[in-house]
Amino acid sequence: MEYINLVFEEVYKILFLLVPVLVSVAMIVWLDRRVWAFVQKRQGPNVVGPFGLLQSLADALKYIFKEIIIPASSNKIIFILAPIITMTLALIAWAVIPFGEEQVLANINVGILYIFAVSSLGVYGIIMGGWASNSKYPFLGSIRSAAQMVSYEVSIGIIIINVLLCVGSLNLSDIVLAQENIWFIIPLFPMFVIFFISALAETNRPPFDLPEAEAELVAGYQTEYSGMMYAMFWLGEYANILLMCALGSILFLGGWLSPIDLYPFNLIPGAIWLVIKILLLFILFALVKAVVPRYRYDQLMRLGWKIFLPFSLTYVVLTASYLFYFNLLPSL
Amino acid sequence: MVAHAIFFYVFSIIAVISAIMVTVSKNTVHSVFFLILDFISISCLFIMIGAEFLGMIMLIVYVGAVAVLFLFVVMMLNVAQQKNQWFKSESTSSSHIPVGLIISTIIFFELIIVVGGWKYKPELSNPNTTQISNEISNTHSLGQVLYTEYIHIFQISGMILLIAMIGAIVLTFRRREGLKTQSYLKQISRERSEGIEVLEVQSNKGVKIDD
Repeated sequence: MEYINLVFEEVYKILFLLVPVLVSVAMIVWLDRRVWAFVQKRQGPNVVGPFGLLQSLADALKYIFKEIIIPASSNKIIFILAPIITMTLALIAWAVIPFGEEQVLANINVGILYIFAVSSLGVYGIIMGGWASNSKYPFLGSIRSAAQMVSYEVSIGIIIINVLLCVGSLNLSDIVLAQENIWFIIPLFPMFVIFFISALAETNRPPFDLPEAEAELVAGYQTEYSGMMYAMFWLGEYANILLMCALGSILFLGGWLSPIDLYPFNLIPGAIWLVIKILLLFILFALVKAVVPRYRYDQLMRLGWKIFLPFSLTYVVLTASYLFYFNLLPSL
Repeated sequence: MVAHAIFFYVFSIIAVISAIMVTVSKNTVHSVFFLILDFISISCLFIMIGAEFLGMIMLIVYVGAVAVLFLFVVMMLNVAQQKNQWFKSESTSSSHIPVGLIISTIIFFELIIVVGGWKYKPELSNPNTTQISNEISNTHSLGQVLYTEYIHIFQISGMILLIAMIGAIVLTFRRREGLKTQSYLKQISRERSEGIEVLEVQSNKGVKIDD
């Protein structure tokens, strides 16, 4: 009986986290399209509901009622598993994101490693989808994506090391609390820029959307998918983008902390500050999509391995020596 | 405790079954997927015994990077065709199967020696050879041991990995003839005056370009 109560309590907590995440994923798809349209002087989706807010809901309904087509020559089990894995991995990473002091589903010691591990698993959804489709364009798209995600993970990992040197803990709440005096965006600004660009590449956003470059590969690894399975890929992708924005605001923008620790700002709950920061980062993501042209594949690889990796490694040495010289290294 | 035991058995059964499936599944790509499942359940077991840092590193390094490369290689090679050559045709089968048999026999005897070691040296099976204090997280305690007591071994293994990496690059790097490469510096340092020429075109005569 005790166990059952415990399980129900956990399920309740998980639902309380996942439902807002899924709703906000639908909302940011709308926001993404509106920002994109705004830059290009168009209206964007503005018909369904007030300001077109229900557009994503309408799209989701359309996807649900569409037929799911499974190609005859595909590997059926893996073909069906791929979108499920993409979406599950995008959602389980949210378990460790802290929305305030003690407001976190799982306050684990190695929170940042957990997020890093889960986001590095995300590549499997794409590879499996591309391979199981048994068709040229999806396969090319998935191979591109695998190479791209593995390369940019390396630089994200080294950027995380930079932050961890200043914090001395792998716990996400500790990382936020370490920024009470100064947000890490100020001492580590170059790392924030590289993190932002790597996050664009990691989530296959333009200008690094080579895996689904529509001019070359139809839709990349999603070419053979339709109906709800396509929608799951799409949900997983946007949940990942939101997760990267959340990670960026936790690592560099002080998570749930308010920008100024003064009277009117203190009253606003931390979760709202976190959401504001996530939204700001996401609007940047959307603006980049509208403004920057797509990279060529060799340029993408060159940027990752020859520029970001050496630069962030050098910055690790700089940060470590600075902290060591001025005796600022965090204690246990 | 019951839940702990249930989870332990679930993860270990998945680990063992997927390890068997790696070797018996017909499709090589499926083998790699089972290998990944195996890695994931092993890292879950690591987390269950309280070694959360090792479990996460296992996920990041093996599942996130090494297995992706495995998958890459297996998908690119036409393994099905090669397997036919290895196991079906009589001419080449004799050269591969004995090698595999010898290697697996060696590994089998090595395993027997390792398991036998517990029998002859009972203190090896005692897991509490080093005490881990509960006050600091196991990331900290690992770091304290790794960078003080075992620093030389740690550095040497790093050097070995570096040498292996350089060796792999040296072995595979070759300059092909007639390769057209792009110079970024050249591309971005072009001026408008070099690229564009405005010509006066006379009626009915036209101009000759590219001469």
